[in-house]
Amino acid sequence: MDVTSIGWLTLPLAILGGAIRVSTPFIFVSIGELITEKSGRINLGLEGTLMLGAMAGYGVSYLSGSPWLGVLAAGLAGTAFGLVHGLLCSVKRVNDTAIGISLIVLGTGLAFFFGKPLIEPKAPALPSISLGFWSSVPQVRAASDVNALFFVGILLAFAVYVFLNRTGWGLMLRTVGDSEDAARALGFPVLRVRILATMAGGFLAGIGGSFLSLSYPGSWSEGLSSGQGIMAVALVIFARWRSINALGASLLFGGAGALGPALQGVGVTGYYYLFNAAPYILTLAIMVASTSRAAPFADAPGELKLHR
Amino acid sequence: MTLKPFDRRSFLQMLAAAGSAPFVLDIGAAHAETPLTVGILYSGSKQDYGFNQSHAQAAAALKKQPGIKVIEEERVPETIAAQRSMEGMIRQDGAQLILATSFGYFKPHVLEMAAKYPDVTFAHTGGVWTAGMPENIGTFYAYIFEAQYISGIVAGHMTKSKKLGLVAAKPTPNLLRSINAFAIGARSVDPAIQVQVIFTGDWVLPVREAEATNTLVDQGADVIAAQVDSPKVVIETAEKRGVMSCGYHSSQAEVAPNGYLTGAEWNWITPYLVYAGSVRGGKKPEHYLRAGISDHFVKNSPFGKLVTPEARAAADKARADLIGGTLVVYSGPLKDNKGNVVIPAGVMQSSNDRALDGINYLVEGIIGQV
Repeated sequence: MDVTSIGWLTLPLAILGGAIRVSTPFIFVSIGELITEKSGRINLGLEGTLMLGAMAGYGVSYLSGSPWLGVLAAGLAGTAFGLVHGLLCSVKRVNDTAIGISLIVLGTGLAFFFGKPLIEPKAPALPSISLGFWSSVPQVRAASDVNALFFVGILLAFAVYVFLNRTGWGLMLRTVGDSEDAARALGFPVLRVRILATMAGGFLAGIGGSFLSLSYPGSWSEGLSSGQGIMAVALVIFARWRSINALGASLLFGGAGALGPALQGVGVTGYYYLFNAAPYILTLAIMVASTSRAAPFADAPGELKLHR
Repeated sequence: MTLKPFDRRSFLQMLAAAGSAPFVLDIGAAHAETPLTVGILYSGSKQDYGFNQSHAQAAAALKKQPGIKVIEEERVPETIAAQRSMEGMIRQDGAQLILATSFGYFKPHVLEMAAKYPDVTFAHTGGVWTAGMPENIGTFYAYIFEAQYISGIVAGHMTKSKKLGLVAAKPTPNLLRSINAFAIGARSVDPAIQVQVIFTGDWVLPVREAEATNTLVDQGADVIAAQVDSPKVVIETAEKRGVMSCGYHSSQAEVAPNGYLTGAEWNWITPYLVYAGSVRGGKKPEHYLRAGISDHFVKNSPFGKLVTPEARAAADKARADLIGGTLVVYSGPLKDNKGNVVIPAGVMQSSNDRALDGINYLVEGIIGQV
């Protein structure tokens, strides 16, 4: 046990490490939500999907011994939930926001119910990639243990960018989200696109949940999520519906979340409630700063019922 | 109340000396035909590796006693739902004793139910009974900080970096008492030891608890203690980082087979049996029941494999001295971490001293702020 203190250097290290460790679920859930919202629907139920994914991922990893199978199962559970949301919202005069909120409750309840026998057993965790081999400082090594899902998340952000802006299907998705009438005129299957987009969003949110239970903090418990699913929906608006921005917003949010514990760690012991609120204050501040009076919904998909 | 309250200390000591078996067998034999139904409410999950689990373990032990039937309900919110749950236990299952194990159940839920059902005994964890409240209410709690003191001694013996880390939820008086006791114990081994505390700000925040643990290890702490509702995440993260750990509430040895040293555990079966006994005997419940390690209200987890013989001996000696009354955790001279004298030399605040109820300082040697 070679422990050395590196004092104040811990702070940037903790923020960086925190950004990497904490942000992964935000990346997945926010990009998933972004795909759904681009189709013109909002799925607030991703908090429930996240919990369900966390439970399903942990359970399958425990039963099968393979954490990657767990990740897949989490994604599939999320897809199923996305399908439920997509189908229900396709019924006329059904409100997507209300369905989303009921899915939060349902998802959390199902996760608690099926997760009961999973609290005690220890499931195999996702391996992390050690990028700290160049350093002899144990703290740097620990901060550089990065989970593979984090890199998948970064690639995903760019892939979604390319998909939305450079492919025919991406154009179809955006058309459906921007103007239902135009999409119908072009002969696009509006409902099918929306259902598929919600399923894709659910798939990614489920994977985000599996990161919580299989990597960091790395076990299933009922208090696992502290609102990550809800915050991710806010991050999409914050990122102005752009996937690369969503990646940045998630990293920023993760890093700011590490600030509270890290500051107490280096001896700034007061005001920890304030520092713990840093991610939310930051989000509010940037949102206020980035508002525009002239075109408040410039980037929002036209069919999104946020502003009606 | 005209009756002289029964002598708790001698009763408990008798219980402790003789072991609980003869006492329980006695009530079992006398009342075998009419089982005593006990209803227990938890605010969270029974398997949280934490506070609720410590109660669930006591409930499991209570179930094994002859002549006692236990009904449980988990995840009962601290709202009107608690009253509905208690009422259901009383009217449908015929519960004669209700054990309400979460702080928020007391006011107004236990108070209202106790007034409505004067024949049922209510025992609440952590509440404070005051004159004027219904007579059928008992409140119990345990001096967990005595066990934290012993954990601190073990941690103090085991640390090489002379720096201990502590992840705590909120600076409530009960938690502060435990944090201080842990530090006092560790520093009784070596006054050079420092304890760094990080408050997460809430009772259950797994991601932030993991972050706090990582930060403390980065700062050079080689023993991490947890004082949150469910210490599983903290202990697991410490184990992943290859450092030692001290648990809280119930034993977390399973999740850290290498680094788990010991932990401060509640032993709720003792107060449970006290209240079961008073219902059996037709007595009024003890209104303000508080006790510590000497009355078997708290205990320490069995030592982990790393704990050295010296550390074991020191911990066992401290336990014996606490039980014998020759050792008092809060003994003067004691300074807080701002340099003020909080307990002058020669003054001892024994565990049942109500002066400790409103504790609002961290002792010397702790890096942190209330």
